Amino acid sequence: MDWLNAIVQGTLLGGLYALFAAGLSLIFGVMRLVNIAHGDLIVLAAYLGLSTSIALGMHPLLVLVAVVPAMAGMGYVLQRGVLNRTLGDDILPPLLVTFGLSVIVQNALLEIYTADPRKMDAGGLETASVDLGGLTLGVLPVLTFAVAVGVIAGLQWVFYRTALGRAFRAVSDNQDIAQIMGLNKAHVFGLAMALSLAVVAVAGIFLGIRTSFDPSIGGGRLIFGFEAVIIGGLGNLWGTLAGGVILGVAQTVGAAIDPGWQLLAGHLVFLLILAIRPNGLFPRMDG
Amino acid sequence: MTGLDAFYGDFQALYGLDLHLDAGEVLAIIGANGAGKTTLLRSIAGLIRNRPEAIRFRGSPVGALRADQVAGLGIALVPEGRQLFPSLSVEENLIIGGRVGRKGPWSLDAVYRLFPILKERRNQASTSLSGGQQQMVAIGRALMANPDLILFDEISLGLAPIIIRDIYAALPGIVGDGMSAILVEQDISKALSVSSRVYCLQEGRVSLEGASDALLREAISRAYFGIA
Ligand SMILES: Nc1ncnc2c1ncn2[C@@H]1O[C@H](COP(=O)(O)OP(=O)(O)O)[C@@H](O)[C@H]1O
Ligand SMILES: [Mg+2]
Repeated sequence: MDWLNAIVQGTLLGGLYALFAAGLSLIFGVMRLVNIAHGDLIVLAAYLGLSTSIALGMHPLLVLVAVVPAMAGMGYVLQRGVLNRTLGDDILPPLLVTFGLSVIVQNALLEIYTADPRKMDAGGLETASVDLGGLTLGVLPVLTFAVAVGVIAGLQWVFYRTALGRAFRAVSDNQDIAQIMGLNKAHVFGLAMALSLAVVAVAGIFLGIRTSFDPSIGGGRLIFGFEAVIIGGLGNLWGTLAGGVILGVAQTVGAAIDPGWQLLAGHLVFLLILAIRPNGLFPRMDG
Repeated sequence: MTGLDAFYGDFQALYGLDLHLDAGEVLAIIGANGAGKTTLLRSIAGLIRNRPEAIRFRGSPVGALRADQVAGLGIALVPEGRQLFPSLSVEENLIIGGRVGRKGPWSLDAVYRLFPILKERRNQASTSLSGGQQQMVAIGRALMANPDLILFDEISLGLAPIIIRDIYAALPGIVGDGMSAILVEQDISKALSVSSRVYCLQEGRVSLEGASDALLREAISRAYFGIA
C-alpha cells in the first residue's frame, strides 16, 4: 500500500469528518451544549435528502436547497421549544434530553425507513475519479473536502465578520451582559442551532452519497465529529478541520497497515492527543 | 419602585424597597458591601425578574420583563467589574452596545470624542486595556444604547484615584442631556458630589434617604454601618 495515497485519501476523508464536527463545535462554542443527537440528526438529514431526491427525481446535491433550510428551521424550533429549557448551571439536563432525542430520532427512522441500508444515487459521482500520475482521487471525496473548507470558511466569516457572529461571541462570553445589550439569548441560541443543523444537512447529504446508511449509524458519526472537535481544540473552527484531517489520516493509515485497524487507529490517535494536549492541538485563545 | 423584593434562591437580598427617580435626575445609592446595591441594579435591568408592578418605568410596569426588553425601553447598565466581552474588540464591544437601535446623541464617534484613547485602541482585544480604559469601554458601551436611564455600578472600584477623577469629570457631560442616572458607589463623597438625592441601603432595606447636599455625615455613617 502506498503511504502517500493513504495520507491523501485520509485527508479527503477528514473533510467529511470536519462536516460532522463543525455544527457540534459551533453550538458547544456558543452555548456549551453537547448535542448527543448530532449524529442521528446527520442520518435524519441523509434520509430527508433520500426521500426528497426520490420524490422530486432530483440529484442528491440539488436537494440541498430544500434539506438545508428544513434542517435549519427544525434546529431553531428544537432549540426554542426544547433545548433552551434544559440549559442552566447544571450540564446534565441537556445531555439527557439530547440523548433522549437521539433515541427518538433513531426509532422514528427505523419505523419509517426500516433497518435496511440505503444509499443516494448521485448518477456516477460516487465512483468518478481522476488520475494524477499514480494517485487516484475520487471526485466525490475532493468535492466533499472542498465543501468542508468552504463551510468552515463561511462559519469563520459569520463568527468574526457579521453582527450575528458578534452576538454569538457576546452570548458565549457572558449571557447576562449580552442580554442587557438587548440580545435575547433564547433567540440567539435558536439561530446557533439553526446554523448547526444547516451544516448537519450538508454533512448528511455527503455522507449519504458516499456510503450506504441505516438508522443505527448516528452514534458512530457523533464519535467521529466529537473526536475531530477535541483533537482540533474546542471552539476553534479551523482546528476542527485539522482535527478531522488528522482523524481521517489516522484511519486510512491504520487501514493500510491492517484493514481491521481503521477505526482503532483513529481512536488511538485521538486518545494520544488528548493525553498529550488535553485542550486539543489548537485551543481557542481568548484575548 | 414600590415594594421591591429580590431573591437568590431562598436567600432574600432586598426587602420591600421603595425608591423613585424623576426624569433627568441623578440618584446616588450608597451602602456597605453586601447591602444589596448590585442586586437592586440587576433587578432594574431585568436580570432578576420580579412582579410586573414592582418596577415602573415612565409609568409602565417593567418588573417582569426580560433584560433585553428592558434594554429596548431605554435602560442601560454599566455593570460592576466592567464585564466587557473578552472575545470582542474594543470597537465591537461598543457596537454591540448600540444594537438596541435607539435614536439619540450617542454613536461610535461621540464615544470616541468623549474617550479619545479608545479610538486608538479600537481594534485591540478589550482584555488588553488598563482598568480605567476598560471602564471607559463599559461606559461607552452603555451610552451606545442611547438610554433614558443609565445605571452605574461602582465605576470607581479598583481604579487609581487619578483615573477615578477623570471618569467623574466626564460624568456631567454624559448625564447632562436629560438622561437620568443611578450611581452606586461605596465612595460616599464621590457619590454625593454628582447626585441630587441619595439613598442609603443596609442589609437590603433603605436606611436613609435625602437630598445629597443636606445629609449630615453622621447620619450617613449611622445609616451606612447601622451603628447608633
Ligand atoms: N448570585 C448570588 N447568589 C446568592 N447570593 C448573592 C448573589 N449575589 C449577591 N448575593 C448576596 O446578596 C446580598 C447583596 O449583594 P449585592 O447586591 O451584591 O450587594 P452590594 O452590591 O451592595 O455589595 C449579599 O448578601 C450577597 O452575598
Ligand atoms: Mg455590588
